[in-house]
Amino acid sequence: MKILILFAHPRLKTSVVQAAMLKAIGGIEGVTIRDLYALYPDFNIDIAVEQQALLAHDLIILQHPFYWYSAPAIIKEWQDLVLENGWAYGPGGSRLAGRFLLSAISTGGAEQAYHPQGRNRFEVEDLLAPFNQTTHLCSMAYLTPFVIHAGRRASPEALSTSVESYRDLVIGLRDGSIDPLERLAHGYVLPPGFAAKAAA
Amino acid sequence: MHLSDFLLGAFVYLTAAVIAAPLATRLGLGSVLGYLIAGIVIGPAVLGLVGREGADVMHFAEFGVIVMLFLVGLELQPSKLWELRKPILGLGGLQVTLTAGVIALASWLFGTTWQPAIAVGLVLAMSSTAIVLQSLGERGLLKTAAGQSSFSVLLFQDIAVIPILALLPLIAVAHGAEDHNSSLIADLPAWAQGLLVLAAVAVIILAGRYLMRPLFRLVAGSGIREIFVAFALLIVVGITLLMQFVGLSAALGTFLAGVVLAESEYRHELEMDLDPFKGLLLAVFFMAVGAGIDFSLLASQPLTIAGLVLGFVAIKLAVLYGLGRAFRMSLPDASRFSFSLAQGGEFAFVLISFAAGLGLLAATQSGMLVAAVAISMALAPLLMLLDENVLQPRFVKNGNTREADIIDGGGARVIIAGHGRYGMTVNRLLGASGISSVVLDHDVEQIDALRKFGYKVYYGDASRLDLLEAAGAKDAQILVVAVDDRAKINEIVEIAKQHFPHLKLFARAWDRVHAYELINLGVMGVHRELFASSVEMGKDVMRALGQHPFEAHRASRIFMAHDEQLIRKAAQHVDDEAALVDIARKGRAEIENVIGEDVRQKEVPRDHGWEAPDKTRE
Repeated sequence: MKILILFAHPRLKTSVVQAAMLKAIGGIEGVTIRDLYALYPDFNIDIAVEQQALLAHDLIILQHPFYWYSAPAIIKEWQDLVLENGWAYGPGGSRLAGRFLLSAISTGGAEQAYHPQGRNRFEVEDLLAPFNQTTHLCSMAYLTPFVIHAGRRASPEALSTSVESYRDLVIGLRDGSIDPLERLAHGYVLPPGFAAKAAA
Repeated sequence: MHLSDFLLGAFVYLTAAVIAAPLATRLGLGSVLGYLIAGIVIGPAVLGLVGREGADVMHFAEFGVIVMLFLVGLELQPSKLWELRKPILGLGGLQVTLTAGVIALASWLFGTTWQPAIAVGLVLAMSSTAIVLQSLGERGLLKTAAGQSSFSVLLFQDIAVIPILALLPLIAVAHGAEDHNSSLIADLPAWAQGLLVLAAVAVIILAGRYLMRPLFRLVAGSGIREIFVAFALLIVVGITLLMQFVGLSAALGTFLAGVVLAESEYRHELEMDLDPFKGLLLAVFFMAVGAGIDFSLLASQPLTIAGLVLGFVAIKLAVLYGLGRAFRMSLPDASRFSFSLAQGGEFAFVLISFAAGLGLLAATQSGMLVAAVAISMALAPLLMLLDENVLQPRFVKNGNTREADIIDGGGARVIIAGHGRYGMTVNRLLGASGISSVVLDHDVEQIDALRKFGYKVYYGDASRLDLLEAAGAKDAQILVVAVDDRAKINEIVEIAKQHFPHLKLFARAWDRVHAYELINLGVMGVHRELFASSVEMGKDVMRALGQHPFEAHRASRIFMAHDEQLIRKAAQHVDDEAALVDIARKGRAEIENVIGEDVRQKEVPRDHGWEAPDKTRE
């Protein structure tokens, strides 16, 4: 499986966790990394190029810090511009059907904070609902998100363990040793378009 | 004529013009009537300041009519002329034949033999292009239905002068007078004359098409303004001479040349340059007409002449009004149309002297005709006033409203002055976004290149009010001043501010100090010409050094916004006295100021978003 990692961090210089994650998946064969902030510092996203990149891969990973319970602004801009009506969704828009999408995020807060009784009141997967549904609308399969919680405050050893597991996940998915359909997000029902594409 | 005589004459005419025109306009009479009255006053009848040389002056001033027709031609693209073919041929043709016929019949009934009667009819069928266009133009009525129809008729009359000049000798032969032709080729056989006439017309059209543009480019490329003016005059004078040589109407020749050049990018510049000559010469022409009225004849036969004037004006009015209604003009339009054209015209004088030369008209006849035509011309502004102030208001009361003015189409929202490295980029961006603009530039090659791609580009100096006006500054929304001369930029801005306060101004600033000036002049969009580009380069250098592109981008935006704030603040504190200081020295001082400010302000402006909470809270 060919993997496309769309990476977004507006200030990589000060990043700890995302920088480590990025480093861990660098230079793996069959894995393409696109740093959106570096490619489009003025947000002038090249739609055709980005769409081609999507078509050339089977699994798309959105890797970014979990800013304000969501993604940095350029991910939203990417969604708005690249996932065009009639192309990614809507009438005649099934170009992405049958592909997989994974959110690989890092949070500042600890895991227990993302809980109905926690400070952040919601589970991470619940907060990622917009990405889940975006994936569904595009007839793709949304996988259980990969999350590193409070990596900034973790010990170097703990952080490197987390980062290793990210690398293992990516390589496993690439090799097929991990079946993405067994990692579907909690309660995710495959969209009809996905099944049709997979059957074909 | 001695120089002092000439100067004295010029002094008299100019004084009369300067006094009469503003006075008449102030009184609401229009400048034409002012000039005519001034002519009467300085003429032999009242002060006698001018008189004997009246005919010479008239000849000289007829050149004004010729220049005017050249300008009229310039306004008329061949496509527009073709559009107007119906009113020109139909309305104009019928007006001339019907009016001439009815007047000829009337004078035959009064006992004139038929040949002179026809001559009189043709002479009086003409209206005054000079008076009508000037008056309609002054009132802004040229683009109305009545104005366009009047124009069509006048155009036909101007063209009709040529066949009439050809026709009169034939009638004269029948009348028993000897053949007489004033042109220099009169001794040639008829076929050779015809050939020469055709050749002359072909020369004008071909030269206008293929020779003028390179010549203009050459002349404009020299950058000497007066040479351009001289060249414009040269064209008109040259054509006049050529036409006189082959015995054609010079007015028609220049008109033709004007039409041929109407599509040229130098059209506006030509108009601007010749307009003052036209105006002045026409003023002299009208004064000469006024001075030429033979008051002794008037005094000896006042009733005959009054009857003549009243009679032919009434006939013209009736024919014009009937034609107007037949051509489906509304009541007010037909009224304005007929009252505009009811007078006799300057071509009448030409025809009268020609017919007299042929022996078609006796001396008393021609004298009376000249007086009648001149009086009708003097009355023309009054007739138009009568229509405007007495008749038109009634139409409105009767529920007939005036038709809306036809506004010249193609008004662009943006005017770009200067289409060099700077303005071109602005224009290209706008064009790529489907926004068309009118471009004014001084660079001949630029203009040629741009016109090839269908841009509206005009040659000329954008600091000229008339050129801005011609470019449509009244209807545009935005003026982009992108010329590269800082004094010129300020000049254009000041003129635009003063005359077109509605325009949003965008101007290119040479440096910081110039930016202060422009900000204080009230320019909305002040853009330092190299600023954005330098910042972009700085950003790229940062990237090349390995900075993250987005980081470099943010830094550049923050720097730009900060500097923009600084410059606006600084502009407020530039006092007038300081502005007088040598600009170069001031620029240097300002650089020190700014850099000093950068060094003092070590603190980087806030940009703490995206930082991890633990870091921000420290």
